[in-house]
Amino acid sequence: MSINEIVLQCRETNDYARLVEAIPYARTIGMGCIKAGEEVIFTLPAIKSNIGNPTLPAIHGGVLGGFIEQSAQLHLLMVMETPTYPKVVDLSIDYLSAGLFRDTFAECRVLRMGRRIANVAVTLWQAKKEEPIATARAHLLLS
Amino acid sequence: MTEDEKPQLPFTLEEGLKMFLHGVRHSMELGMALEEITPQGLVVRLPYSDKIIGNPDTGVIHGGAITSLMDQACGLAVAQAMAPDFDITPTIDLRIDYMRPAEPGKDVFAYVESYRKTRSVVFTRGIAYQDNRDEPIAHCVANYMRMGLSKVPWTPTKTVGERQ
Repeated sequence: MSINEIVLQCRETNDYARLVEAIPYARTIGMGCIKAGEEVIFTLPAIKSNIGNPTLPAIHGGVLGGFIEQSAQLHLLMVMETPTYPKVVDLSIDYLSAGLFRDTFAECRVLRMGRRIANVAVTLWQAKKEEPIATARAHLLLS
Repeated sequence: MTEDEKPQLPFTLEEGLKMFLHGVRHSMELGMALEEITPQGLVVRLPYSDKIIGNPDTGVIHGGAITSLMDQACGLAVAQAMAPDFDITPTIDLRIDYMRPAEPGKDVFAYVESYRKTRSVVFTRGIAYQDNRDEPIAHCVANYMRMGLSKVPWTPTKTVGERQ
């Protein structure tokens, strides 16, 4: 089954676990997603293979970057009119504090959905949403 | 004291950078390796593997794996710029532009350099490429903060952190 077919199926059932399961990289970093009505929160459980700094320990900055990209892609797939797998054009991450070895959560906001390009803001937090550990913005190509 | 016993760094820059890299679990998980050290910077390899595939239909690797590669490589370039001193240098920010999708089945290389070092910040930039440095698949700039926690030279017992 192709990615687009899986997306259509997930949209019908409102259950995106299958899609996350179908993407090897998302499985590698252990991502998941929680749907609460119309809201969606992406999850990155604390797993050892995601550790960057071994002394703190802290999650690898690149893993947080990958988590952000994958979250933005999945979020758009959920809200686009006709879903095609979006491609990341660029990404800018501000690391606000150490991503400690804890579960991490992400929430996306689509600031602009054009015909070809979407601008998505992503916030990452661990303990409290009001205390983000990173913020990012990404542009994704929709067609 | 013979010539061999003179006090000096207990290992070369290359050995130090490899120790740094080998301590970073996720980078090891993805199989990254230090390829080359140049006067200005260095090259890190990210081997192609099934676990970093982003699109299972095409086999194209996920941008996240390239972000990890660039953050790791730029972190190493910071360590290179700081040597023989050592400091904890978390990433302040990272920006990446994807010029074209990576070709499936091929390794990705990061060619990065630190181009400015101040008392508080180290500035780095680099590209990711596959066959040819003139045809990059991604551009990256990343800045790192100098925590000023340690001024001592690297020692073999010290665990060198990547970020934060």
